[in-house]
Amino acid sequence: MNWRRVVPGPEYAVVASLVFLVVANSVFTPNFASTGNLWNVLLQVSPVMLCALGMTLVIATGGVDLSVGSTMAIAGAIAGVLVERSMALALVAAAIGATFVGVLNGTLIAALRVQPIVVTLATLIAGRGLAQIISHDGQLVTIDVPAFMTIGRGHVGPIPLPVLIALAAVVASMFVVRSTALGRHVLAVGGNPAAARLAGVPVRLTIATVYAASAALSAIAGVIIAARLGASDAAKLGQNMELDAIAAVVVGGTALAGGRASIGGTVAGALLMQVIATSFNMLLVPYAWSLALKAGIILVAVYLQRPRRV
Amino acid sequence: MSSRSALARDDIATSARPALLRMERITKRFGAAVALNAVDFELRAGEVHALVGENGAGKSTLVKIMTGAYHRDAGDVWLDGAPVDFDTPAEAQATGVYAVHQEIHLLGKRTVAENVFLGREPRRWGFIDWSRMHADATTLFADLGLEIDPRVVLSTLSLARQQMVAIARGVSLGARVLVLDEPTSSLSDRETEILFELIRLLKAQGTAIVYISHRFSELYAVCDRVTVLRDGALVTTCALKGLERLDLVCLMLGKSREALRAGTTGFASVVTPSEARSFSRPEGSEGPAPAEPLLRAESLGRGTYLRDVSFDVRRGEILGLAGLLGSGRTETARAVFGSTPADSGTMRLEGARFSPHSPVDAIRAGVGYLSEDRKADGIIPDLSVRENLTLAALPLLTKYGVVSRRRQMEVVDRFMARLGIKATSAEQRIRDLSGGNQQKVLLARWLCMTPKLLILDEPTRGIDIGAKGEIQHLVQELTASGLGVIMISSEIEELVEGCARVVVLREGRDVAELRGSEISERAIIHAMAESSA
Repeated sequence: MNWRRVVPGPEYAVVASLVFLVVANSVFTPNFASTGNLWNVLLQVSPVMLCALGMTLVIATGGVDLSVGSTMAIAGAIAGVLVERSMALALVAAAIGATFVGVLNGTLIAALRVQPIVVTLATLIAGRGLAQIISHDGQLVTIDVPAFMTIGRGHVGPIPLPVLIALAAVVASMFVVRSTALGRHVLAVGGNPAAARLAGVPVRLTIATVYAASAALSAIAGVIIAARLGASDAAKLGQNMELDAIAAVVVGGTALAGGRASIGGTVAGALLMQVIATSFNMLLVPYAWSLALKAGIILVAVYLQRPRRV
Repeated sequence: MSSRSALARDDIATSARPALLRMERITKRFGAAVALNAVDFELRAGEVHALVGENGAGKSTLVKIMTGAYHRDAGDVWLDGAPVDFDTPAEAQATGVYAVHQEIHLLGKRTVAENVFLGREPRRWGFIDWSRMHADATTLFADLGLEIDPRVVLSTLSLARQQMVAIARGVSLGARVLVLDEPTSSLSDRETEILFELIRLLKAQGTAIVYISHRFSELYAVCDRVTVLRDGALVTTCALKGLERLDLVCLMLGKSREALRAGTTGFASVVTPSEARSFSRPEGSEGPAPAEPLLRAESLGRGTYLRDVSFDVRRGEILGLAGLLGSGRTETARAVFGSTPADSGTMRLEGARFSPHSPVDAIRAGVGYLSEDRKADGIIPDLSVRENLTLAALPLLTKYGVVSRRRQMEVVDRFMARLGIKATSAEQRIRDLSGGNQQKVLLARWLCMTPKLLILDEPTRGIDIGAKGEIQHLVQELTASGLGVIMISSEIEELVEGCARVVVLREGRDVAELRGSEISERAIIHAMAESSA
């Protein structure tokens, strides 16, 4: 008897939980099932979603990226400082600056074989410092450029612009995982690095690429938040984002051991966490309780994907 | 055995010594697999006892039970006449059984003296008594004839000296039984000689030594008796002196010296061996080599595993690489494939200089490598049959980074049909397939990139008879269409029936090349054992 074959995998579990919570909240939580609230949930989740997509690729190679929050702060700080001069310059510089962090992570991990958790912990600490140096020794940089703020506050029809950006990133990530050589290489490297190398997979390049992608997506998330708030706070922007992103990925069924990547699961995982936070907030349940429920969900998710014996 | 009477005399002489360690009817199972089946082993004080056997013979399981790393399922162990039952390696060490492993299990960043006395440092008022520790270590090394400064950090010493420190630690723990597991695998010839000096000294002091190595020259240089295991069972224990190398190889492989019969493998089922040979060698049978080989390897070397190996592979032929475990077969394959590049020697592929530094280089040049260990470095377990099959050919199926779904499915359908891969669909995860089907997928992984040269390392190990025959048949068909194949196999019948030529390796060197009618089980085993046929 193999009961594990009968029990649905973690991807199904997270979608089922999400549907259950949305239905339950629609019935029991006043104003939850309103269009305004729907867009609000999606708007809130967009930055986490972006970071979680990059994190899915990184975790699929068997690594982890703790530096996403600091990378967001670096992107926000660069954009905030430069945006008065030229918006195009600000965006390009933010993208390059943040991606540089990712390339640095990837190079240290792939070429020098330092553990991902150690490398990205270092860039988490250093990145936060760098962001504060960029924003004139940690001052709050206020942004008053309407065109820039549109990135965080604008709409296309009824849809908030950040939601559209996140949606585009989801579609792109799915395409990468399913249909590109890079996607296949990511899964091969995470699934069996020795076999991948013998099959001619460029292991180091693949690892460097996923960390660069993770940083680039974090940069977009950082710019969105700075634009929405009209300010860039180097000390706070993106703080603890790495934990939310990892949680979304794990709850979504991508195994921490690597070798699998479920973009759909990550999307559902990120939404699940956001729905919990929003509904608890609307029900005036203390914040601490929502944290407790999130923790419970993460434990269940990790339990469901315990390594099984070959 | 020609020298049976000599052996018997020698046995009587040494059996006068008491048995220090006796293991009787030791059995160990892992799940359904029986790793050791009622094996007896006896070790006398003051002897160096070789433990030999091919893959899966049970050497390491026996040693792990001896040293407390595994617990036996059945059988008895006596040390000095008293029954013992070790639960942990620490317990075995405390009782006098100490193992020195291939990779040294010591603290590289601490000093030599600290390592020797780790866990039982001499103390004074609760503090480590450094001066006594250094003095004790100095005395210990002097007794063993070693010149090692106990104050230096261990990792600054050569591997050989680190190994001496590990042995010295065992001696200072009062080891009466010392297990040396492939102690010379990373030592130079000179370092090996130093180790042998130490072994002889310990032997003279009455220590019993279990010596595991694949290098026959070493066994004959230091060992007194040998125990041969095969497939988890005891073959024999006898004196090494007077035992011919050929007989030892026959014992390890389970062949009888007189009757080296012809087997029937999948190679023979389509074409008879002689036909196969003339088939793949249209130029004529025993004549000189045709103009230009597909691959010419000259004096490949890497460390002590690969010393000097040269061979040619031609289009449309299967070249067999034979040799015992540790002879450098896999190392040769990995040097040709660039996964552990050779650090000396040259190769030419189709006449052009070929020096791959990674598998990517080799694959680009048209070389494929079906690795020896399917699970460890073959399959990507969670990926589908389709994804596993197309992994190496991905660059050919990709445009602007996007994999063409259509071309991919064409390739997958074609090869699944051609190789008869049994899966519920191309989307089934490869881990859920049988071993034989996994192996076919991996073979297809290389065939679909249309290689010029394919290296098959134990292509039929651990798969069922049916799949085995199919794979052998297929390899033969492929060579007929011009592919060059290097085949490594521990099954000698497979080489005899499948190969046009066989190069025999021993201790990292090519020692014989057999062609055409010269290829026989007998000739290969003779060459493996270093004796004239």
